[in-house]
Amino acid sequence: MKTFWEKIWLYFDYRFKISDLAQLTKKKKVPEHKYSFWYYFGGICLFLFIIQVITGILLLLYYTPSADSAFESIQYIMSQVKFGWLIRSVHSWSANLLIGAIFIHMFSTFFLRAYRPPRELTWVTGFFLLLIFLAFGFTGYLLPWNKLAFFATRVGTDIVGIVPIIGEKLKTFLLGGKVISNATLPRFFWIHVAVLPFITVLILGVHLLLVQTLGMSTPIGLSDREVKEIPFFPNFVLKDFLAWILILGLIGILCVFFPWEIGEKADPFASAPPGIKPEWYFTFMFTTLKIIPSKILFIEGEKLALFGFFIGGLFWLLIPFLDKKAQKEEKSKLFFIIGLLILIYIIVMTLVTYFFPKL
Amino acid sequence: MKRRRFIDFLLGGGIAGTIITFLYPVLKYIWPPKQSEVIVKSVVAGKINELAPNTYKIFKFGSSPGILINTKEGELKAFTAVCTHLSCTVTYDGDTETIFCPCHNGRFDLKGNVISGPPPRPLEAYNVEIVGEKILVSKRT
Repeated sequence: MKTFWEKIWLYFDYRFKISDLAQLTKKKKVPEHKYSFWYYFGGICLFLFIIQVITGILLLLYYTPSADSAFESIQYIMSQVKFGWLIRSVHSWSANLLIGAIFIHMFSTFFLRAYRPPRELTWVTGFFLLLIFLAFGFTGYLLPWNKLAFFATRVGTDIVGIVPIIGEKLKTFLLGGKVISNATLPRFFWIHVAVLPFITVLILGVHLLLVQTLGMSTPIGLSDREVKEIPFFPNFVLKDFLAWILILGLIGILCVFFPWEIGEKADPFASAPPGIKPEWYFTFMFTTLKIIPSKILFIEGEKLALFGFFIGGLFWLLIPFLDKKAQKEEKSKLFFIIGLLILIYIIVMTLVTYFFPKL
Repeated sequence: MKRRRFIDFLLGGGIAGTIITFLYPVLKYIWPPKQSEVIVKSVVAGKINELAPNTYKIFKFGSSPGILINTKEGELKAFTAVCTHLSCTVTYDGDTETIFCPCHNGRFDLKGNVISGPPPRPLEAYNVEIVGEKILVSKRT
């Protein structure tokens, strides 16, 4: 005699062929070695993205995307709605942790040369996911319509405007006009909650499909004795869950002890407040723009800096195709040094922003 | 042209045409509508005696901000408040008697010229006139 739950299982298994899938996951193996720790950051990114989606949906219930009432609606969420402060803080903190986790995931992928064939497109889709999440951060930053966000957006969109040929058009499209106005906030909101999630689902889908199809890469130079295989389910999944629970705990601590601030309402006709800076993940670019001379030879400093970032980004995107040694399963010292220098540059410039603000 | 290729071309063209027909209104829709912009040549930035010496105020000059400064010597000066670097709104630093942009530490003198920092160009200076009780600021022609 079958139990109630067995009957339920059989009903769905007959229709969805779940046991076939379960059989497949039982067969799936994941390599384990001394660098396996870094593998968990991919799963952490996914977990933080899920938190973003859930808390974002909850915030939509009370948030009003208009310049007249956005700030007040955030105040309402933080002070009147039960646990509103928690939901918003979780959204903001996990957004920042997500970008941090993406950076760690990307650099660990880089240093372990996981981008080598056949995983070039996993790297490429990952690179675009980084850009998308930076765009999420940039558009989401304006939504509370506070002073810091207002000027960060003004600077950010002005940077877009510098891009040759399409810059001005793109800036007008983003701002909904020539300058930041009442038309800007609904546009940023639309990009943040509709356009970017749509693109994310598409690219993340391809990224995850590639990870599942190709499996996880094993670093170059590890002998067979140094690499063992563990079952994906339940061993790897349980370890992933453990990492997720630790991250959830960290978010909880951050939200309780450092709830996300509201700031002051934006005033388009007020001076920029002193000490203004963007979110931490843009500060290395921000400080570069700050310290670069206004003219280098005959070129404007800011244009040269942006050109440098563009070339750097393009190089980073094309790494799997440029690193010929990795394609032959060999470690390239040159690419290691380049990656290390980029990492040091980002860290040093970020630290300079916070420790030498008057530079 | 073979009949099969002609049919392929016709079908392909039909699909491309359908996509374009769908995309054109969508692209037009998401492009921001033109907003009527009032071209402002002069505004009342404040009243005399409103600003103590070595202080400033930000005023609305059309759709962008302007800065009105009453210098230590009591001379009124006005400029666009939009920094020439990356469009932040500048402020007046009374201690150094300079105009300062907090976003990237750009600094201008009281003629609008760049003293330090990344701004590539001077600030646009406006004419200041006193008409009765009012301080009238206008673009230089």
